[in-house]
Amino acid sequence: MPLSTQSQTDDAQYILVASLDNARNISNILKAITFKDHAIFSATPNGLKVTVEDSKCLQANAFIQADIFQEFTIKEDSVGFQVNLTVLLDCLTIFGGSTVPGVSTALRMCYMGYGYPLTLFLEEGGVVTVCKINTQEPEEPIDFDFCSSNVTNKVILQSESLKEAFSELDMTSEVLQITMSPNQPYFRLSTFGNSGNAHYDYPKDSDMMELFQCTKTQINRYKMSLLKSSTKALALSCKVSVRTDSRGFLSLQYLVRNNDGQICFVEYYCCPDEEVGDD
Amino acid sequence: MDCVVTGGNVKVLAKAIHSLSRIGDELYLEPQEDGLTLRTVNSSRSAYACFLFTPLFFSRYVNPEGHGFRCKMAIKSVQAVFRSLATLEKTVEKCHIELDADRNRLTFTLHCKHGLLKTHNLSFQDSESLQAVFDKDSSTNVLKAQPRVLADTVLNFPPSLDEVTVTVSDERVWFRNHVDQEAEPSKAMLTELCLSSDEFDHFEVRARSSVTFCLKELRGLLVFAESTGLPVSMYFDKPGSPVVLSVTDSVLDGNFVLATLSDESGVQTSDRAGTPAPPADDFMNDELESYLIAMDTSMAAGPSVPAPLAPGRVGSPTATPDPWSPAHSEPGEDLTEVEEEPGRPPNKKFRSLFFGSVYPPGSPLGGHTPSSQKVLASDSEDDG
Repeated sequence: MPLSTQSQTDDAQYILVASLDNARNISNILKAITFKDHAIFSATPNGLKVTVEDSKCLQANAFIQADIFQEFTIKEDSVGFQVNLTVLLDCLTIFGGSTVPGVSTALRMCYMGYGYPLTLFLEEGGVVTVCKINTQEPEEPIDFDFCSSNVTNKVILQSESLKEAFSELDMTSEVLQITMSPNQPYFRLSTFGNSGNAHYDYPKDSDMMELFQCTKTQINRYKMSLLKSSTKALALSCKVSVRTDSRGFLSLQYLVRNNDGQICFVEYYCCPDEEVGDD
Repeated sequence: MDCVVTGGNVKVLAKAIHSLSRIGDELYLEPQEDGLTLRTVNSSRSAYACFLFTPLFFSRYVNPEGHGFRCKMAIKSVQAVFRSLATLEKTVEKCHIELDADRNRLTFTLHCKHGLLKTHNLSFQDSESLQAVFDKDSSTNVLKAQPRVLADTVLNFPPSLDEVTVTVSDERVWFRNHVDQEAEPSKAMLTELCLSSDEFDHFEVRARSSVTFCLKELRGLLVFAESTGLPVSMYFDKPGSPVVLSVTDSVLDGNFVLATLSDESGVQTSDRAGTPAPPADDFMNDELESYLIAMDTSMAAGPSVPAPLAPGRVGSPTATPDPWSPAHSEPGEDLTEVEEEPGRPPNKKFRSLFFGSVYPPGSPLGGHTPSSQKVLASDSEDDG
């Protein structure tokens, strides 16, 4: 690999080095959460977490575990910085977006620490490109305080059926209402648009429903514009878990399989628009 | 109204709605004993389309309201119910359409695979009846072809082409793009396709004739015909008389009635297209009376109705009042709620073919001079 000819001294200065044989394994996931320009990167020995937030109401996190990378070296317990995600994606796809079978872009991502830019070495077909992206002081991601112990309702669905529903959602509706209940309609997505309202009902015994754990009826509304941002992640995923807690906060967790069959996760947290009422 | 469509018929219904959306923006729905009728008309009233689905089309068809229930809604709202046509066949098992009269809502429930249920509650408005009166059986010329033949024919014309001219002789049919006489000769391209009578399932030409109508509207019907494989019949007479395109089978009947350009210089005969005689711009003639839309204004015709235009009396080319002017609306309907923008002049070439003539021909209106007619439907509230 041409990139491994990097001198040892350079390497010693980096506090984070992450290498991938196929940059798509990271760029695809990051594309799914690019609804805002800036992303907070947080690296730990477990792997990389990239966070994007919108209006303090929506947060997306992409998790790429350390074992996805061909090389993942971190010299501190936690490394954090903020970069322009759009610029980063442009660099990751600098050799063009088209997929020619057998050809992939190799990536080596290096960071020297606070104040230094994020350096990307990208190689395809013997051509190497070096990109240095300025980093910023990482903002503190919002803590939605969503914990498993507080989860009231949880379902796990195969993404297939949810994808169809999301692509058909009436965009003239300002909100997406999610009903979760141990009784009919079990799991319902509702919109209230210009021409009328629409409901998508998933029964608990549907073969698309992998898990159904609803303890009490909850109806919550979320801003459509915020949840629409999750559509790309849904499109990449094969399964999704939908959870709400006692406050009506929503957690969507997407299981994404990359080109090499490895699993990554993308999760979204969204706060409710208004309380319709918990019965 | 309470009906259920199952299996492949759901896609047929969806395709019908999609092809109606190529004509007009509003869908008029009328359930009756003989079936469910879906109709639409374009804004310049030069194209009307109607699908009738008989009770046999449905696996259940119940109409307790009997006669009299009619509604209209934005066609886009109904299209939203049947959004992904490609997957419709594979995912939808049945479609239940139910009227909730108390809440003025029409509910479409799609029962899909994996137990998924999609419910759309659409609001509607009460509406007047929309009906075109036409008699296809008395047409001079009748052609019937497999949809593939017509689809392949129109493929030869650019998607942007507005109008097509169809010319028939004893044994042949020519399809030619209609070139505006104002178009620059150096930029105009003439495309002509000739089909012989044996390409048609039925070819009956009693008089040579050449009619020009809007191609986009024909394409709208072909979308439906191709997907259902039903042959398309074309009924027409002479320029100025509407052409009726129709598809039919045992459970449904679709008719597209399109205005044609009239030609005051006489019927165009066509052996070869040399230079086609330029069609006249103004095309009203009295024979259109037999193609008037009958307006079901349940109020008695009275002087409160402003002078509708008797055909043939048009003065200037733009003096065509919209029959759906406020005063034509049903009693009780908000008079300011007119479906079309009366301020917008109709398309210059295909002006309103269908009139809501409340007065019989030969009435005192014959004495109306153009100057006393309002140019367009909106009330001219003179300032000062």
